[in-house]
Amino acid sequence: MTRSKAMLPYVVWMALFIVVPLFLVVYYAFTHTSFNGAELTFANFQRVFQPIYLKVLARSLKLAVISTVICLLLGYPVALVMAGNAFSRKSTIMLLFVIPMWMNFLLRTYAWLTLLERNGALNQLLTRIGLPALNILYTDYAVVLGMVYNFLPFMILPIYSVLSKIDQGVIEAASDLGANKFVVFMRVILPLSLPGVVSGITMVFMPALTTFVISRLLGGGQYTLVGNLIEQQFLVVGDWGFGSAISMVMIILILISMAVMSFFEKSEEGATLW
Amino acid sequence: MVPLMLLVLTLSGCSRNKETLYVYNWGDYIDESVLGEFEKETGIKVVYDTFATNEDMYVKIKSGGSQYDLIFPSDYMITRMRDEGMLEKINLANIPNFKYIDDRFKGQDYDPKNEYSVPYMWGTVGILYNTTMVDDPVDSWDILWNPKYSKQIIMLDSQREAIGVALLRLGYSINTTDVDQLNEAAELLKQQKPLVLAYALDEAKDKMVAGEAALALVWSGEALYAMDENPDLDYAIPDEGTNLWFDGMAIPKGAKNKEAAEKFIDFLCRTEIAFRNADYTGYATPHTEARKLLDPEILNNKAAYPDEEDLVNAEVFVSLGEVLRDYDRIWTEVKAY
Repeated sequence: MTRSKAMLPYVVWMALFIVVPLFLVVYYAFTHTSFNGAELTFANFQRVFQPIYLKVLARSLKLAVISTVICLLLGYPVALVMAGNAFSRKSTIMLLFVIPMWMNFLLRTYAWLTLLERNGALNQLLTRIGLPALNILYTDYAVVLGMVYNFLPFMILPIYSVLSKIDQGVIEAASDLGANKFVVFMRVILPLSLPGVVSGITMVFMPALTTFVISRLLGGGQYTLVGNLIEQQFLVVGDWGFGSAISMVMIILILISMAVMSFFEKSEEGATLW
Repeated sequence: MVPLMLLVLTLSGCSRNKETLYVYNWGDYIDESVLGEFEKETGIKVVYDTFATNEDMYVKIKSGGSQYDLIFPSDYMITRMRDEGMLEKINLANIPNFKYIDDRFKGQDYDPKNEYSVPYMWGTVGILYNTTMVDDPVDSWDILWNPKYSKQIIMLDSQREAIGVALLRLGYSINTTDVDQLNEAAELLKQQKPLVLAYALDEAKDKMVAGEAALALVWSGEALYAMDENPDLDYAIPDEGTNLWFDGMAIPKGAKNKEAAEKFIDFLCRTEIAFRNADYTGYATPHTEARKLLDPEILNNKAAYPDEEDLVNAEVFVSLGEVLRDYDRIWTEVKAY
């Protein structure tokens, strides 16, 4: 009894801020409001599956996958170095990744705007040392850069947390049995770190798929991603039905990817971050 | 600023007392020091928020939950909001300074008796260009489709203006309700998309000042501001015509502090205050006395104060009713393309 009483605030909270809004999304997605009131419709979903919007979805998926892969390739080695015994500057590196997060996310992204401009700081530096200028602002490259920059810590931290918990005895045992460093990594460390990798991928992929600020600022409003499309429906054209339908499709996509992830997570033995 | 717009501002609903006025205006559209003066003079606290386009503002007011006492919609939006019962009538008796508003800005079609709005600023839409980067004459909208300026064009991220320019280039009315004409305009905007560097609002002028782009579709006041900062910039209204617009001050239905809103409107119509706002924003003021105080250089500048003959082709946006859904659809498609 006491336990269920203690749960009450959470249940109320979840009902109010998760369940009710979800029902509202479903309601708007399936209704068309006109002067005659609301009526049931599937038109919003038909519209989502028009080629032009499928292209937006494909573009978002592509950019999210690219960003996630880059984050993994950059993040894993850093996590590995940080978790290594020989490395004494763990907290310094950690601090370097965490300090930028004290700043507002919008400001950090806005700063890239000035850095990447045609006459911006980066290009001035490049031309001064005799390199050709880089015009990547308002392209896919800038959007991916923004995503990697903002989401990289979410990849490093879970991987680091799993790596640092690996029992050193296991690694020593592998070495004693004649495995060289490469084999130890491939057959012991990597498999044991997979749960962290899965968490990292989930934590980067989802915000990358749904971001609208990064693509709005660094893509110059040209590279419409799913997040921008939804934002536009709610804030500019006021078509809540269509906006909700896209949101529902996104929710389903994310549920599927989470199911795939948890399948991998279960099939691997070892500690999870959660 | 866009980031501010993105963080949808939520007003705390609990601590409301009589002496607070909630104002919702366009970004960068007032000399903000006048707000403090109003507060000092009347003791009414001003909470000031900004929006980026008429549509942003409309959706926010329409969805309810906001509690603004004073908003700044444009002509067609005033009509639309009036028709949808979203505006409160203004009592002009409380606004003695209304007499300073030039008669030619009173009783416009969008609000024939000035029952719902008091003119704030007016202007046009045109092309701001960098004379060191553009060597063709800027006298036609065609230049925004010229591949020579690929990735050097900034478009206005506002649906009526962007679609309007495409319609003007095709020789149609910017208020067309013909769906075929609209689809043609949509195609034209999709063709243009590869040439566009960015779709921007307030930040367009900063990009132009910094020399980041050669051509930008902007509102006249933005152009004035930018030309002031960078002498290489110039502004042109193409021969095919333009959109002549008027922004008004209006009180949304259910405003809790209508009295203070009217006081504030009257305050903004005061000669000195109207002058400072016109001087700061670069937009044209409909205020007869404020106009006299402006630098003659600005008054002679056709970008700021175009002559009647520059405006023969100019059209004012009208509220479109049901066909607006097609504008919404087209704009979504163009942006998604």
